[in-house]
Amino acid sequence: MPSAEESTISGWGGLAVPGREVFSEDLVRLSDGAVLSRGLGRAYGDSACPPADAPVVATTVLADRILSFDEETGDLRGEAGLSLRELNRLLLPRKWFTPVTPGTQYVTLGGMVAADIHGKNHHVEGCFGAHVTSLLLRVADGRLVECSPEVESELFWATVGGMGLTGHILEVAFRMRRISSPWIDAESFRVANIDVFMEKLEESAREWPMTMGWIDCRSTGANLGRGILYRGKWADPAEAPVGPPKAKRRIDMPFNLPNWFLNKGTVVAFNETMFRCHIPAKRSGIRHPESFFYPLDKVLHWNRMYGSRGFTQYQCVLPESAGRGSARRFLEHLTKELGGASSFLCVIKDCAEESQGLLSFPMPGISIAMDIAVDDRTQKLVDDLNELVIDMGGRVYLAKDSFTRPEHFRAMEPRLDRFMEVRAKWDPELKLRSAQSVRIFGDPA
Amino acid sequence: MKAAILGGTKGMGRSLARVLAERGDEVFLLGRDPEDLERSAQDLVPRSPQRYLVRHAACDLKRVESFGPALDAAAEALGKLDAVIVTAGLYHGQEELEEDTALALELLQVNFSNTIAFCEEARRRLLAGGGGTLAVFSSVAGDRGRKPVVIYGASKAGLSAYLEGLDHKYRADGLVTLCVKPGFVKTGMTAGLKPPPFAGDPDDVARIVARAIDAKKPLVYAPGIWRFVMLVIKNLPRFVMRKIGF
Ligand SMILES: Cc1cc2nc3c(=O)[nH]c(=O)nc-3n(C[C@H](O)[C@H](O)[C@H](O)COP(=O)(O)OP(=O)(O)OC[C@H]3O[C@@H](n4cnc5c(N)ncnc54)[C@H](O)[C@@H]3O)c2cc1C
Ligand SMILES: NC(=O)c1ccc[n+]([C@@H]2O[C@H](COP(=O)([O-])OP(=O)(O)OC[C@H]3O[C@@H](n4cnc5c(N)ncnc54)[C@H](OP(=O)(O)O)[C@@H]3O)[C@@H](O)[C@H]2O)c1
Repeated sequence: MPSAEESTISGWGGLAVPGREVFSEDLVRLSDGAVLSRGLGRAYGDSACPPADAPVVATTVLADRILSFDEETGDLRGEAGLSLRELNRLLLPRKWFTPVTPGTQYVTLGGMVAADIHGKNHHVEGCFGAHVTSLLLRVADGRLVECSPEVESELFWATVGGMGLTGHILEVAFRMRRISSPWIDAESFRVANIDVFMEKLEESAREWPMTMGWIDCRSTGANLGRGILYRGKWADPAEAPVGPPKAKRRIDMPFNLPNWFLNKGTVVAFNETMFRCHIPAKRSGIRHPESFFYPLDKVLHWNRMYGSRGFTQYQCVLPESAGRGSARRFLEHLTKELGGASSFLCVIKDCAEESQGLLSFPMPGISIAMDIAVDDRTQKLVDDLNELVIDMGGRVYLAKDSFTRPEHFRAMEPRLDRFMEVRAKWDPELKLRSAQSVRIFGDPA
Repeated sequence: MKAAILGGTKGMGRSLARVLAERGDEVFLLGRDPEDLERSAQDLVPRSPQRYLVRHAACDLKRVESFGPALDAAAEALGKLDAVIVTAGLYHGQEELEEDTALALELLQVNFSNTIAFCEEARRRLLAGGGGTLAVFSSVAGDRGRKPVVIYGASKAGLSAYLEGLDHKYRADGLVTLCVKPGFVKTGMTAGLKPPPFAGDPDDVARIVARAIDAKKPLVYAPGIWRFVMLVIKNLPRFVMRKIGF
């Protein structure tokens, strides 16, 4: 067995820190004395990684039971390690779906709450936390506390989006949504540039409950911000195929690809192909929910494509108040700064109301996310982008972050003091910490 | 099928209970902790196409006197028993067991003598009902004496021998005995160990076992590759086994 010193643990981006995971079906036991809980490790950066002085995380994935499901109301209570993939497998064919889903189904209920995840329907449903009715937490002093928007609401809203720092989530109760059919009625079309994108997103949001765009962030000049806009709604049963969708086959990437695999050439080629191959320029029809919501899940461990150097995702939200031109300004800056850095995936989505979660990411405006292979220029790239985002009054998403400096985060987050106040009340000694909270919030390590 | 499962709260037993419930079988849970059994029972209900209620009874492999009443409770709740499944078992590393004879005895008792006592109670009831299936989880560790699993392996070797004998003796009377030999499977039991190349997934094991029950097989390796791995290991000369750490 490797000793704790040798073994490492990382987020989805593959940047490793010393540490290891412990597992149990029994979260009450597992969380006892633990510094941090972890789900399926889909946070890109170091939010689910332990601090250096206590290099062990409590991984919840074996605690995956449904504790109750009311088929009249959709009320569901589950253990924190229950995955969205399992819920979809069981309940999607029966026309129940989570009110909010991220772009992968390999996430746990605990991770969905802790990051207060948002999805393609943010403009109608808000974040996942808005649908959570109750949480069972183990707080730092060892007590088990049930909290909800009504009971211990301060703790509740600090936990929603609180990245595991206010308590270990043991159970999550929320309400599933009835859907008209388990298939998606989707449309997608090419968009010439970022200005058209902003227009089309806004226009689509009025009629479509789910929207998002993919941007070729290698495009410049008149084409800057060209891409494909996707929009969808649950299909009308009359138009949908008769049976439920079959689970999609996955392929695995069993090892890291060499670091050179993703370079400027392959990335430009990928983006060009992605854009050109969207033929005809506008497509519509019934789509499999997995290929609509989770296109990346087709390849398990696709993160290994980036090789051993790892990668990060930069995701920020630019507020409405910064004006419609903000996305253009951001992309102009980005294409200039990106240089040889390779990003093959860039996603854009409009966000609506801010969640009540004290550190929840979305705010009204436009969210832009891109994957970046890590090299020695990445820190500077993130610093520069962060300065621009601060300037515009925006912020970054903790679930994706690996490089943001504490002073930058503070400048983005007027809500941070409030969060730290609530945290201090429940955990005065800051027993619960992560590599990220040490890095960004200045927690002891 | 109407099946009682001992060990359905965790690991491969949890997976198997789910596979059975999801395909429409009626399941009854046996185990140590009533509160935990109730949580597992609730997990199975929404999976069952008929929304069968899942009931449970206390049964602890350390307490022989709990076996009979637990099986009777299962038979009564289900109306009849088609299958009794045992996934419950105990694992400790060889070093730990060498240091602590009491622990070694406890493991031998749980995995070997008491599991057999439980199977005897199940055998009588299944035969009285005209037959059925007794499916019990042993291990590849029982196939050959090996350094890392000297004592645990011995407990499973004994169990495997019992299960084979039982199948020979009672198959003609309608009792099918299935010996399941999992290889390394990623569950709470093995969470502290470094997984070898062919580490299995409990859900995959569960599907293999459900199929083996249907096919009335006497023996199944899960995942299937372990059959070949063990074929090689069983045929290695002693001097090699003495050298290697596996
Ligand atoms: C391909 C891909 C697409 C994605 N798309 C989106 C998207 O569209 N929208 C979006 O919002 N996010 C998205 N994400 C991010 C992902 O949804 C979040 O990072 C989510 O938190 C991951 O869940 P997890 O179970 O893997 O948690 P982990 O990554 O293991 O942990 C994430 C955080 O949650 C905390 N946590 C986990 N479990 C518990 C618990 N039981 N108690 C307390 N704290 C806990 C951890 O401490 C950590 O801070 C995406 C990620 C990937 C890889
Ligand atoms: N995992 C492997 O790699 C592997 C390999 C080969 C063989 N096996 C064998 O396969 C079987 C299942 O393994 P697993 O990995 O699924 O194990 P697991 O996750 O540890 O689950 C063991 C189950 O056994 C129950 N149990 C333990 N002691 C008990 C007792 N005294 N009385 C009643 N129930 C008891 C537990 O119930 P509680 O909830 O009460 O704890 C639990 O449900 C075991 O027999 C094991 O030896 C496992």
